[in-house]
Amino acid sequence: MSAPVEKVSVAAISEADQAALAVDAARRSRLKWRKRLLPVLAVLCIGILWWQAVTQLGVKPFIAPSPLAVAQVFVTRFHMMLVNLAPTALEAVVGFVLGNTIAVLIATAFVQRKVVEEAFYPVALMVNTIPIVASAPILVLLLGNGIAPKVAISAIICFFPTLVNMTRGFRDVNPQALELMRVLSASDWEVFFKVRVKNALPFLFSALRITASTSVIGAIVGEWIGTNVGIGALIIQATYSFDSALLYASVVMGSALALLFFGIISVAETRIIKWNVAQAR
Amino acid sequence: MDAMTVSSKTTEAAVDCRGVTMRFVTARGVTTALQDISIAVPRGSFLTLLGPSGCGKSTLLRVVADLLHPTSGTVTVLGEKPEVARKNREIGFVFQDAALLPWRTAIQNVMLPLEVGGGAAHRGNRSAEELLALVGLAGWEDAFPHELSGGMRQRVAIARALICGPKLLLMDEPFGALDEITRDRLNEELLDVWASTGVTVLFVTHSIYEAAFLGQQVLLLAARPGRVRELVTVDLPSPRRLPVRETVEFVKLAGYLRTVLETC
Repeated sequence: MSAPVEKVSVAAISEADQAALAVDAARRSRLKWRKRLLPVLAVLCIGILWWQAVTQLGVKPFIAPSPLAVAQVFVTRFHMMLVNLAPTALEAVVGFVLGNTIAVLIATAFVQRKVVEEAFYPVALMVNTIPIVASAPILVLLLGNGIAPKVAISAIICFFPTLVNMTRGFRDVNPQALELMRVLSASDWEVFFKVRVKNALPFLFSALRITASTSVIGAIVGEWIGTNVGIGALIIQATYSFDSALLYASVVMGSALALLFFGIISVAETRIIKWNVAQAR
Repeated sequence: MDAMTVSSKTTEAAVDCRGVTMRFVTARGVTTALQDISIAVPRGSFLTLLGPSGCGKSTLLRVVADLLHPTSGTVTVLGEKPEVARKNREIGFVFQDAALLPWRTAIQNVMLPLEVGGGAAHRGNRSAEELLALVGLAGWEDAFPHELSGGMRQRVAIARALICGPKLLLMDEPFGALDEITRDRLNEELLDVWASTGVTVLFVTHSIYEAAFLGQQVLLLAARPGRVRELVTVDLPSPRRLPVRETVEFVKLAGYLRTVLETC
C-alpha cells in the first residue's frame, strides 16, 4: 500500500525539510544531466576511435571515410542534402500515419469481432513474413515511380508492430473492470471507448516508438528502386561512385531523421499518458 | 436441502435463490461450483458468506449479479429476474480489486456508472461528492488512483457502487488485499454506510472475524461441491463497534464458526 501524496504548502515546510528537498533536487538534476550527457560522450568517443582507426591504419577514403570527411559533406553540400532529406521525410511521415491508422482500425475490428481476427490475423502474419526488399519491387511495379510505392512500403513496415501491440492493448484489460462494465450493462462500444482505448494507449506508444524508426527505413528501401531523389537514392548514387563520405553522411542523416521521429513520439507520450508515467515512477 | 428462509413472511426477499446449481466445464472435467443452493435474504439485511476457497461463494455472488447464469434453479433479485435488476441499476458490485480506471480521478471513477449503459437515468439520491464524503474521502475528489492508498481506492469503489442508489450491494472480498488495521476501520465504516443507506448487503469473505463482525447472518458454505453448510444468526448488539470482538459472545461465535469451517 503506497502512502498518499501529501499536499503541503510551502510555508509549512521546516528548515530540515527544505534541506532534504534541496539535496533531493540536486540529486535529480545531477541524474538528469548524466542521462543527457553520457550518450553525447559515448558518440564522441566512438567518433574519435573511428577517426583514429581510419588515420592510423591508413584506410583508403573510398573504403571508409574519416568522420571529418563526413562532417565536411554536411558543410559543403548542405543544400543538396536537405533537398534529398525532404522527400524521404515526407514519405516516412505519410507512410507512418497511414500504416499506423490502418493497423489501429484493424485491431479495433479484431477486438470487437473475434471472427475478423480469426480470418485475417494469419493473412496479416503472412504479409509480415515477406521481406521488405522483396515486396518493394512488387510495389514499384504496381504503383509506379512516384511517391506512392515509397509510402506504401513505409506503411507496410509500420503496420504489423502496431497491429500486434494494439490488439494486445485493447484486450489486456483488468478483468474486474470488464466485469464492472457488465454489471453496469455497458455496450461493447462503451467498453471500447471507456476502457479499452485508454488502456491501449501505452501499447500504442511503444508501437509508435518502433515504427517511428522503421517508417524511415521503409521510405529509404523504397527509394532504392527507380528514383533519383531522397536519402535512399543518395545512398545508391554514393555507393556506385565510391563516394564513401557522402554514403556515410546519408546514413547519418537517415538515422537523425528516425531519431527525430522517435523523440517527437516520446515527448507526445509523456504529454498524453499522465497516469501511467506517474505509476511507473 | 430445505430452503433456508430467514425472511419474515410479509416482506419479499431481496435475494431469493431456489435450487441454484452451477457447473463449469474446465480442462480437468466438469466442476460443480454450486449445488442446490436455496437461500432467501431479507431486504435491508447484512449477510456474510464464509467458506473455504472453492466453496463457490464468489460464484454465488456473480449468479446474483447476472454475471453468470446458473445451470439450473432460479434466482430472484428484489422480486425480479437478476437481469432486470442489473439493468435497472438495483445492484452495486464491489470487487476484491478496486478496479478503478487509472486515467480517471476519484470523482470521475465514481461517476462512471452514470456514463454507460443508460446509467444517467438511474442517478441515485446522493451526488458523487456526497458519496465520497460518506466513505471518508472528502477533499480527495481530484486525486488519481495512483495517488490513493489501497484502502482509499476501495472506498472509491464503494462510492462508485452506491452512485445509482442500489437496493442490493454485492461485495466480493473487498477488503481481502488490505492490511488488518485498514480492514478493521473499513469494516466499521461499512456498517455505518449500511445503516445510513438501508441497502441489503451480501459480503463474501474468508475471514471468520470479518464475517462475524459484519453479518446479521453468516452463511457457511462447504467446498467441492459448493453447498450450504449452515446459516448462523449473529446475536450481537448493533450498532457494532470494533471492541465487540473482545466480548465473550463474539469469541464464542467465532469459535463456533471455526469449528464448522473445519468440517467444510
